[in-house]
Amino acid sequence: MKALRLALTGAIAGAAMLAGPAMAQAPGSPTLDAIRARGTLVCGVNTGLAGFAQPDSQGVWRGFDVDYCRAVAVALWNDASKVRYVPTTAQNRFTALQSGEVDMLARNTTWTLSRDTSLGFDFPAISFFDGQGFMVKASAGVRTARDLNGATICVQPGTTTEQNLTDWARSNRIRFTPVVIERVEEAVGAYVAGRCDAYTTDVSGLAATRSAQPRPAEHQILPDVISKEPLAPAVRHGDQRFADLVKWIHFGLVGAEELGITAANVQQAAQSDARPDVQRMLGRSGELGQMLGVDNAWMVNIIRTLGNYGEIFERNLAPIGLQRGPNALWTNGGLQYAPPLR
Amino acid sequence: MSDVTLDASAANPEAAPRTAPVRSTGAMAWLRANLFSSWLNTALTLALAWLVVRFAIGFVDWAFINAIWSVPMQGTVPQTQICRDLEGAGACWAVIGEKHRFILFGTYPYEEHWRPLLVCGLFIGLYIFSAMRRFWTWVLVPVWAVTLTVIGILMWGGILGLSYVPQERWGGLPITLILSTFGLAFAFPLAILVALGRRSKLPAIKTLCVVYVELVRGVPLISLLFMASVMFPLFLPEGMNIDKLLRAQIAITLFAGAYLAEVVRAGLQTLPRGQYEAADALGLSYWQKTGFIILPQALRLVIPPLVNTFIGFFKDTSLVLIIGIFDLLTAGKTAIVEPAWQGFGIEVYVFVGAIYLVFCFAMSKYSQDLERDLNQHRRR
Amino acid sequence: MSTSTADPRQNSAGPPRRPIRLSWSDERLRGIVWQLLVVGVVLAIAWWLWSNTVHNLEVRRIATGFGFLDREAGLPIGEALIPYEPTDTYFRALLVGVLNTLKVAVVGVVLATILGTLVGIARLSHNWLLSKIAGFYVELIRDLPLLLQLLFWYTILQSLPGPRQALNPVDGVFLSNRGLLLPFIEWMPAHNWALLALVAGFIGTLMTARALRARQYADGQPRKIWPAAVTLMAGLPLLVWAALGAPFTPDVPALRGFNFQGGLIMTPEYFALLLGLVTYTAGFIAEIVRAGILAVNQGQWEAAQALGLRRGDILKRIVLPQALRVIVPPMTSQYLNLTKNSSLAVAVGYQDIVSIANTTLNQTGQAIEGIAIIMLVYLTISLSISLFMNWYNARIALVER
Repeated sequence: MKALRLALTGAIAGAAMLAGPAMAQAPGSPTLDAIRARGTLVCGVNTGLAGFAQPDSQGVWRGFDVDYCRAVAVALWNDASKVRYVPTTAQNRFTALQSGEVDMLARNTTWTLSRDTSLGFDFPAISFFDGQGFMVKASAGVRTARDLNGATICVQPGTTTEQNLTDWARSNRIRFTPVVIERVEEAVGAYVAGRCDAYTTDVSGLAATRSAQPRPAEHQILPDVISKEPLAPAVRHGDQRFADLVKWIHFGLVGAEELGITAANVQQAAQSDARPDVQRMLGRSGELGQMLGVDNAWMVNIIRTLGNYGEIFERNLAPIGLQRGPNALWTNGGLQYAPPLR
Repeated sequence: MSDVTLDASAANPEAAPRTAPVRSTGAMAWLRANLFSSWLNTALTLALAWLVVRFAIGFVDWAFINAIWSVPMQGTVPQTQICRDLEGAGACWAVIGEKHRFILFGTYPYEEHWRPLLVCGLFIGLYIFSAMRRFWTWVLVPVWAVTLTVIGILMWGGILGLSYVPQERWGGLPITLILSTFGLAFAFPLAILVALGRRSKLPAIKTLCVVYVELVRGVPLISLLFMASVMFPLFLPEGMNIDKLLRAQIAITLFAGAYLAEVVRAGLQTLPRGQYEAADALGLSYWQKTGFIILPQALRLVIPPLVNTFIGFFKDTSLVLIIGIFDLLTAGKTAIVEPAWQGFGIEVYVFVGAIYLVFCFAMSKYSQDLERDLNQHRRR
Repeated sequence: MSTSTADPRQNSAGPPRRPIRLSWSDERLRGIVWQLLVVGVVLAIAWWLWSNTVHNLEVRRIATGFGFLDREAGLPIGEALIPYEPTDTYFRALLVGVLNTLKVAVVGVVLATILGTLVGIARLSHNWLLSKIAGFYVELIRDLPLLLQLLFWYTILQSLPGPRQALNPVDGVFLSNRGLLLPFIEWMPAHNWALLALVAGFIGTLMTARALRARQYADGQPRKIWPAAVTLMAGLPLLVWAALGAPFTPDVPALRGFNFQGGLIMTPEYFALLLGLVTYTAGFIAEIVRAGILAVNQGQWEAAQALGLRRGDILKRIVLPQALRVIVPPMTSQYLNLTKNSSLAVAVGYQDIVSIANTTLNQTGQAIEGIAIIMLVYLTISLSISLFMNWYNARIALVER
């Protein structure tokens, strides 16, 4: 254990020396220093949300958010297993990040102004564009959300979801009876059992819930989206270097999809692809990795282990029935757009 | 009676032939006395028996006859449609078959599951050892200390060739056992001090103890757990943080301490005054008196209520669900998050409930027997 | 030992006071040093925590104070005893939460006492089957975590049919997964007066019963109480109601749109919580009642039987009044437990004070204030129950010589 840690520190010190002037001028990063000294990344995740973060039957965490944690670990050490996952609830997630219990949150957290400023966080990049919607039974004869006047609606407390629902009801002069249930499983259970006429949460959650039903066709997601929910990983404000790393990992993943680099072809592309932007991203030319304080092969490692953005999406979110929608590449009419990696 | 004959009754109409006396022994007599002693009782018995039988048949149908024990797999995705087609007529035990290791051990590394399993065994061994009356001496203290250390080593690893497993990966039954047992182990010394403090002649100490006990007993455990979850991090200096399990453990220990203190205090109060006075007369100091005379007697008296309090903590640890720690109940609920297995809550609740039931029932039976035994020799 | 200082005889006849010697062998000096030490340590820890907290709040820019109570809450609440809109303040939202907690605690305590007493008596029944079933119930309920039981009940209640297929055993009564709906009347001021008359009638009945008992003690003749009770408790309110014009508009629940409108509703969340709390606490109360009854001397039973009283009468008139003295103190802690356990409401979606304070602290980020409010509410409730039960205990203890 100790020997391993020593070797690791040595390796990092070597890398740092090689990095040369670019590293020397950069301000220190307390988070990265702590992560490196510890040898693992501590990542706050959901206690269990299908597709985003959930332990499988063997107890291994899997999901879209989990892959972002793993990507950071791969960038740092080329080892996706060097992550410790701390399950956090809607209540204690912010405390956990503020107090330093976790290094970053990858827990479908909505980026809002007040969280960015008064809670003292940074949201490096939007990993998933979401919005709040409603799901109803197809047999209920509801066409739009406005038909829900007088309905009973299941909602989870303590999230932006609850406030959006109230705001929406007020601006549309709709009266509803809330049923406020803490855990996702119970909230969904209540809706399915017919305790509520509608269930409201992010559209991604609705799709996941719908696909998990024995007969998905019996449930219908209403076309109305009543809020914007840009889901983003969160880090502590004031540690720009770590925020940069998380930000450019996301953009690297999206950029790789734009360039058509996948887990299958990344090795070959790293050696033989002649396109200059591919060579820069995969570390054959330039020193993009070192500017971020990691190995130049960072994107090669990440893509080889996890795939590009599209592959991560397909692996985790397609099985729960999610379409790319706004998360398609900008070239396909979506919103995912990576600034140039140069 | 043999001379009572037919013609005798003819001679004397008032001496009608008497039926044989009601048998007071045997199965029939027992039935008559305990089930059918009056019309009301008979009706009650029949109604209850009907209900019991109906319920039992329904349960057997659901749990065994109509149940599905395994489902086919398509790649890595289990095909649970056959379970869903049952529509509640039978149990889908396949969910337990697939998820039992996750429910029991949470996210602990799969190939290292023998370690938490051994830990559970050690805990059970420790309970059984502590339950035997011939070991009720100071020998319990080192045994507990050693066992709990071994449990810590097994769970964490990092030495003796065991791989290191961070606390975040622990889960399931070991967490439930750890929270309740370590809670008891740490709360017990605290409780003794507080109980002594509450009976102390020193006003400041007494006030402190009373305030602590009444404050903690006046609020629900949930509020203490919330405090541990969102407030503790604010109490600590910047950069220092205690992990979530330890924070919950501290909250449970503080909670248990207050309740145990009252149990211990009750024991101290039942000791006859003469014991205190005799110790004083021998010129023993306060700590000598307490350690050699008072506590050994008082603690024996409080063991049955102590076990009952422990059962309470054992069940109450399930509340850590609310702050997102993977104890047995939380692991059970997380197991059914996976889309393929959503909606099989009842099966998981029955499984988890059965585990709680086994532990709590054994302990409560033990405490009842113990109480009877202890009372027997005290009854004159 | 600790009581010796409280004993006035010992104080007056105590040894003459001598000055404290500056020596470790002086008991009083030791006491003072110990106390200073302990209080010092506690204060030091408290100061340390406090200064850390102040520093952290500053660094993390978390607002402090209870200013948020006047702000608009914006959180929806499903059931409230007082009118509430999401546009109301946090203070009003929290008040709704406190009332919801009280609603489940008060009803729960009453029902758990009744059920617990019945089960406790059933366990002592001569009917073998009944006593075994009661014993099984007590053992099962006490060995399962309450949280698990609540989740179980909630799942069961949800499997009731939907509002369109609601069970409708009697006209106007609906049972569905939206809850239990009962017909009611449209409430008018006259009904308040009738209610007041009912309370007055109840007090009057109690006083009459007392007077009748006094006369029974005088001449030994038992007298019937029920004619007076019916007149006072049914006749008087009816008279008041009729005098005020006998307003009566039935308010029968009916399915309109998505939900039932009108009538009285008991939501599944409230029902699940109540059911869970009552059955759980009743398991403990049953044991207390049983122990209390067993604690009554066997001779009391035999003497009463010799007087020719029936079993039910013996229980009611001889045994229970005596058992109460043993029963009341542990019952107090069960009532406190039930109240504190009602905080698990959050798991089944009933919005009690914990649920609402929790959402509040989540929206405002002010954890300390939120948890302080929860603790304050429960401490107040706990203290009130303790005081009431102590008063009651002192009252029934007076019967002793």
